Parts: sequence; structure tokens; C-alpha cells
Amino acid sequence: MTGGARRTLADREGALAWLFMLPSVIYILALVAVPFALAVALAFSDVTVGDPSFDWAGWANFARNFDDPVFWRALGNTFLFTAVSMLLIVVFGKILANILVADFRGKWLIRFLVLLPWTTPVALSAVAWLWLLDSIYSPIDWVLRRIGLIEGNLNWLGEPTLEMVSVIAVHVWRLTPLAAVIVMAGLVAIPREIEEAARMDGAGFWRRMFEVTIPLTLPVIAVAALFGAILTFTDMTVVYVLTRGGATHSSEVLASWAYIRGISGGDVAQGASIALFLFPLLLAAAIAILRAVRRMEVT
Amino acid sequence: MSTVEVRDLVKHYDKVRAVDGVSLRSADGEYLVLLGPSGCGKTTLLRTIAGLEQPTSGQVLIGDQVVNDLPPRARKIAMVFQSYALYPHKTVLANIVFPLKAEGMDKRAREERARWAAGLLGIEHLLDRKPRQLSGGERQRVALARALVRQPRVFLLDEPLSNLDAKLRASARDELKRFQQEIGTTTIYVTHDQTEAMGLGDRIAVLESGTLRQIGRPIEVYDDPADTFVATFIGSPPMNLVPRDGRLVGFRPEHLLPLELGAEDRVTLKLDVDRIEYLSGDRHVYGTATGLGEPTRVIARLPATVLTPIEPGRTYDFSIRGEKLRYFDAATGRRTDPP
Amino acid sequence: MRRLALYAAAVLCALLCAGPFLWSMITMFKLNRDLVDTTHNPFWFDPAPTADHVRYLFTDTAYLTFVWNTLWVGGLVVLITLAFALPAAYALARLERPWAGWMAVTIFMIYLIPPSLLFLSLSRMVVALGLQDSTWSLVLVYPTMTIPVSVWLLMGFLKAIPKDVEEQAMVDGHSRLGAFVRTVIPLAFPGIVAVVVFAFTLTASEFIYALAFVSPTAEKVVSTGVPTELIRGDVFYWQSLQAASVLVAVPIALVFNLFLDRFITGFTMGAVKA
Repeated sequence: MTGGARRTLADREGALAWLFMLPSVIYILALVAVPFALAVALAFSDVTVGDPSFDWAGWANFARNFDDPVFWRALGNTFLFTAVSMLLIVVFGKILANILVADFRGKWLIRFLVLLPWTTPVALSAVAWLWLLDSIYSPIDWVLRRIGLIEGNLNWLGEPTLEMVSVIAVHVWRLTPLAAVIVMAGLVAIPREIEEAARMDGAGFWRRMFEVTIPLTLPVIAVAALFGAILTFTDMTVVYVLTRGGATHSSEVLASWAYIRGISGGDVAQGASIALFLFPLLLAAAIAILRAVRRMEVT
Repeated sequence: MSTVEVRDLVKHYDKVRAVDGVSLRSADGEYLVLLGPSGCGKTTLLRTIAGLEQPTSGQVLIGDQVVNDLPPRARKIAMVFQSYALYPHKTVLANIVFPLKAEGMDKRAREERARWAAGLLGIEHLLDRKPRQLSGGERQRVALARALVRQPRVFLLDEPLSNLDAKLRASARDELKRFQQEIGTTTIYVTHDQTEAMGLGDRIAVLESGTLRQIGRPIEVYDDPADTFVATFIGSPPMNLVPRDGRLVGFRPEHLLPLELGAEDRVTLKLDVDRIEYLSGDRHVYGTATGLGEPTRVIARLPATVLTPIEPGRTYDFSIRGEKLRYFDAATGRRTDPP
Repeated sequence: MRRLALYAAAVLCALLCAGPFLWSMITMFKLNRDLVDTTHNPFWFDPAPTADHVRYLFTDTAYLTFVWNTLWVGGLVVLITLAFALPAAYALARLERPWAGWMAVTIFMIYLIPPSLLFLSLSRMVVALGLQDSTWSLVLVYPTMTIPVSVWLLMGFLKAIPKDVEEQAMVDGHSRLGAFVRTVIPLAFPGIVAVVVFAFTLTASEFIYALAFVSPTAEKVVSTGVPTELIRGDVFYWQSLQAASVLVAVPIALVFNLFLDRFITGFTMGAVKA
């Protein structure tokens, strides 16, 4: 690389930058941009697993979606799960972060345990919950029976309302640690002097919390909320493993319904048209994240 | 050994003109100091000479050869960064042999050369350490040894003393000078510290806002500043400037002396003293001067040998030797002839 | 008093989060007749525990095949990711191109595109390439998730490396490329390790692609193999399932914890503009 005295490719920053960037760009174009365009195209086609030839079908798939009560159910559930989960994730994430930033012995162990739900592959933790919410042997029911709150069993994964509660609970459980980690990064970034100045000014815990900590970490909390929202909104694993959408599609979400129609049912075009509904909200959330991050840079 | 020259060098970043048309040339083996306040473009100029920045226009010549198209590695230069930029993952020895390894020199020869350089700087006992185990002064020596080992045509030093504490800085400055005299390699040295510049440089180039204000031997820059910027940037306390008829009359604080010490050819003025500081035996007398031009606050520096009693709150007669007066255009700040 | 409350809160959080796993660890050693008796305490053993179900997992199921598939897919994906992401991150963090800003943002946005939006069209592409029902399809597709996030993380780490060191190497006789290989990569090593861990856990956790592209048992990875193969219709191998889940969850969480602080630094530094 020392070679000749002349400027070679290895010296030219401009060319080098492109050369370094290009493989990733091509990979992403080929396997993200192209599939995305294809996903849009498929939504307007009649492609099935049995008949993969591409024929234009116009808005037929969408029309069928709009006539399908399951689609509406899935759409509604997706929004409901996302909104409720997001709210709970942020509240619990903030509380958890406040506990985790404190100094105490055995912090490492606590942190390890707290992070388990997030680091474990979703499909596997959902399996653990499957048994925890079993219709007969659920230990939760066992405890509730012992306390005397219920008799018999709660059908966690069979009764429509409980089914939705279960799905939301698992989402919140799994994403709260992530939110906590994000908020923690923000908490740590608050200069100590500000906290100390507030103390000197005689502000108590709650006033410090609401007048110093929360305003300063608001952008970071927004990022945590939006990450939580995106991950809940687009996820199908929890629903798929826990309920497979439920016998009456009571806990169906867009992603799982797209999978059931597109892969299990083999109607690729129909599935694609369902999945496409994920996109607008996703875009909005992405832009919101970006704005929050920008705000973080200013402060 | 080589000369370094830049011709009409311009470097823009977006809208900032970091270097705005600088031409200068070092003599062979010269110790040339680039002096200026932060943001004056001196570091950009040095980095452009090194090839780390591409000039927007103009030429860089090393040894009378245009090197604009050469990457840094091919310019046969050595650079010492302000941070010393030691490779933190390598031992001192590995740091020193790094440029030789890049040249493809064989292992025996490069170790021999590294030991020679280490010997010259008195750091043989540190060769097996890692940079983080070294003190600031030791790091600086390692950086110098690494610069030296390749026997470059030119040394480029970017504020190499600014990370040392004040005490160490004086002795390091002395060492740096002796070291350069010993090896006689052309050196371009960037600093914002005028003491370093005056002490080290064969010549000093004073830069401000990306332009070259003056280049000359330390005594020239000090005694005959080309403009008011140089006059006030160099010297501590800076040159006094008194407005008079569209001009500024300049004189160094040490030339403003009580009347009875004045010589033949002299100008007198009255000084309303309001404050006196004692610094290393000298007295710095602050006051308002009248009689020379518009009333202006000035500083007089009286050496320890001047025993005239002076008290704040009173007015004294002072004088300046006429030949020590310098005149500047009030509008442009440039040097003008005496009236 | 305050400290006591803090400890109590911390322990409560830990129990809520880790509860299902702790309880899985109990369940995996239970005998069948202990497990399926609603009068028995689900949090203790009666009769004594057995390791039979854990053994069953290794001897009578394809669990080890799943683990092996996850490992080699993860390993290859990590290598591909580094080969693509490291130069890209360097270009964005250091080479000062005018397009670096929006390119970095675009890459971050791509990280947010979920598999659930792309799996159908990707499954068509996988079929077109003849990779359906092969683990190789995952090696091909997973880098689309790992490259963007790794570029973002690595950018953060690279920005933290002093520029001087790299420029020194250039003055000392190396090209830009040479300086990158000889100084930047060794100095970014801790960050690179963090990215390796992050990318690996990301691939190990992925579910939708693995479910949509691969159906033969021998080609499955842990995240799909366990829930689909250990649940056959209505037959659930409960204890083995819990064991399978715990045995994967604990090591991943351990490694992840070691690197947590580095991930946080990486993410926040990526956001700071150069």
C-alpha cells in the first residue's frame, strides 16, 4: 500500500467513500428496496403460491380486504395493541430506568434479570408465556385461586378479551426493558450540575422529576415510545405463538393476518395488500423518531 | 533536507476561508514558526503542507517540487500532532518503527534506527511500554522519536508543547530547539504562544484570519510589526497605540520610561497612573497618557533597575525615544512612514 | 429506609421481568404427573425433580440441529455484516462526504423497516433464487436487518476514535485505506465486538423470515424450531419447551449484558453529528 508516490485509489477519499459505501447500498437496494417495491406490486396482483405468474389485479385485493371483517378486526387490534402497549411501555420503562440508574449492590444481577425479556428471542419467551397462560395449568390462575380471587380457571388465551390482555401484557413485558435502556441513556446524559443545582434550590424529588428530569429526557422518552410502537405495531410473533390469531381472529393483527393469508393460505397478493397497511404508520413513526433525535442533538 | 514553500494557498470549508491566499517560503534547515490566535488558519496551513487537506487553490512545494498531487505518505515529511497521536495499541518501540515498517525496511535495520532515535531523545528505557503508561513529556519524546526515525525532509509540529504543564514546557522548548539544531532538518512549527514562537523560531510567520500578516526574524516581528495586529498580538503587555491625526502611534511598554531616564531624541508625555503591578521584579504601570495624541490608556513596563518612586493616583512625566516610535494608519492598521 | 425501598423496587422489577424464566427453570425439571396436577404447587417439586425432559430435548428432538443452524447462520451473517458495514460506517463517519448526513439517516430508517412488511415479496425472491426451504435463504436475507443497525452503531464507535491517530498513520507512510486497516480497525475492536454480539442476537431472535422461508425440520433455527417442532398439534412437550427456551435465553442475555454499556454509547454517539 506504500507503493508509488502518486495518489492511488487507496488515497482518494471521494472514490474510497463510494467504494466503501457501495456494497452496503447495493445489498440494501437489492434486498430491501426491491422487495419493498415488489411488495407494493404484489398487492396489486393476483400472485398465489400455486400460480406465481404476475397479473395486474388493480384494487381487487384491497376491495376484498375492506369487505373482510377479519381485516378490520386485525387493523383495529393492531392499533389498539400498539397504543395501549406504547403507553404502558413508556410508563414502566421510565420507572424501571429510574430504578436502574440508582447505585446499589447486585446491580449487575438485577440488570441481567431485567433485560432477559428483551434479549430472549421473542418466539422462545412467548413459549414460556404459553404455559404461564395455559387454560388449565396456568400458575397465575393457581395463585389467584389460592388468594381466593377466582374459582376454576381464567381462559387467558381462549376468551377474546383476555386474549387481547395477554398479548398486550407480553408485548409490554418484552419491550419495557428496551424502553428502560433507552431512557437510561438519556438520564445518564443529564449533567449532574443541573440535578445538583435543582437540589440546592430546594426542589424535592417530585419537583425535580417533573421540572428537570422529564423535560430534559422528553426526546429520549419519545424515542423509546416510538421504538416500542414500531416493534409492537409490526410484530406477529407474539400473536402467532400465543394464539395463532385466536379461534375467532379475536387477537389477529395485520402482520399475523398477512402471514396467514400470504404464506399459510398461499394467497401472496392478498397477504401483500394487508401488510402494506403497516407502511403509512411506520413512516409517520420513523419521521417522528428522526425529529425527536434532532431535538436531542440541540439540547 | 528541503525547503517548504506555499504559493497563493487558499483553503475554503463551505463558506469559511480558513487560509486565504498565503505565500511563504522556508529556507533549508530553517525553524519557521507559524504564529497566530486560534482559528487564524495556521493549523490548516500546516495540514495542507502535510497533505491532510487539499488546497482549494494554490501550490505546496517541498524541496522545490510541487507536491499537491502527492498523498501525505509520499511527501517524506514527519508530523507531530498536538495530541501526539501515539498508536495506543502499540508499544513505544512499535510506535517508533511504524513509519519504517510502512517503508518496508527490514526488521533488524528498523530496530537499529529506532534505538538510535530513542537514544537521541533519551527514551531507550521506555521502549517496551504502552503509551498510556507514559507521562506527557515522555509521550512528546516518543512522538518526536517517531517523527525523527524516518529522517524526513521536513518536520511539521502542531503545538507539540500545549499539552505539557507550564514548568515542563520551558525545558521541553529548550530541548526542542537544541534537538532541531542538532539534526538541522527544516521545521514548520505551529503555535499560538508567542513565547514559544520568539524562543524557537529562526523566523516567525504571523497569521490572522487566514492571511499572512508578517514574516521575519523574532526581533523584526517584535520591533517592526507590519501592522497593528502583529503589534498587539506579540509582546506582553502588547504595544501601546495612541491615536493622533488619523494615525496610531505605537510604542512598546518597556520604552515608556520616566522622564529622567530619557535620552536625547525623545518625546515626552504625561501619565496619569491608576494602577501598578509587580511582575517578576518589573513594574507594570497602568495609566492614561496625554500629550502624545488623544488621551489613551497605556502600559509602561519599568525594569527592576528603574528605581523612580511611582504611586497610583498621581501624574508623572514620561518619555519615549523617538526612534522607538512606530506609526500605523488608523484606518487600515498598516505600518506607515513617520510624519 | 429509602435504600430499602430501592432494593425492594429493584427486586420486584427483576421478578416481574425474569419471572417467566425463573418459573420455566422450575418447570423444566418437573415430572409429568407433578406438572399436570392442578392441586400441586407450580412453584415447587412434588415429587422430586427430574432431568429426563431436558435429556429428551437433546436425544429425541432436533434441538441440537436448531442450535447448530442458529450458530452457523448467525456466524456467517455477522461476517457478511462486518464486511459490508465496517467500510460503510467508516465512509460515513470519517470520509467527510457531503452526502454522509442524509445517507446515515436513510440507513437508520431502513433499520425500522420490519420483516412483516417484506417477508412476502422476499419469500418470492427466495423461491426465484431456489433457496426455499434452505437455511441459506436466511444467510442471504438477515444482513438486511443487521447491516443498517451495525452501520449506525459502528459510526458511533468510529467517531470516537481520535482522527489524529489515523492522520498520523497517513503521514507515516500509509494510504487512507492503509491507515484504516492498521489503526482504525484495531482501535475500533471493542466496538466491533459489540456489533458482532448485537448482530448475532438479532439474527438469533428473528422469527418471521425463518418461519416463512424454511419448513423442513433439519433446516430450522432455534427461534422457529422450538415453537413449531416441540408443539405438535395439541401435544406440547412442556418441560422440554421450557428447557429449550431457558437454554437459549440465559447465554444470550449474559453476553448482551456484558456489552450493554457499549451498545448505549454506540447508539448515542451515532446520533451525534460529526
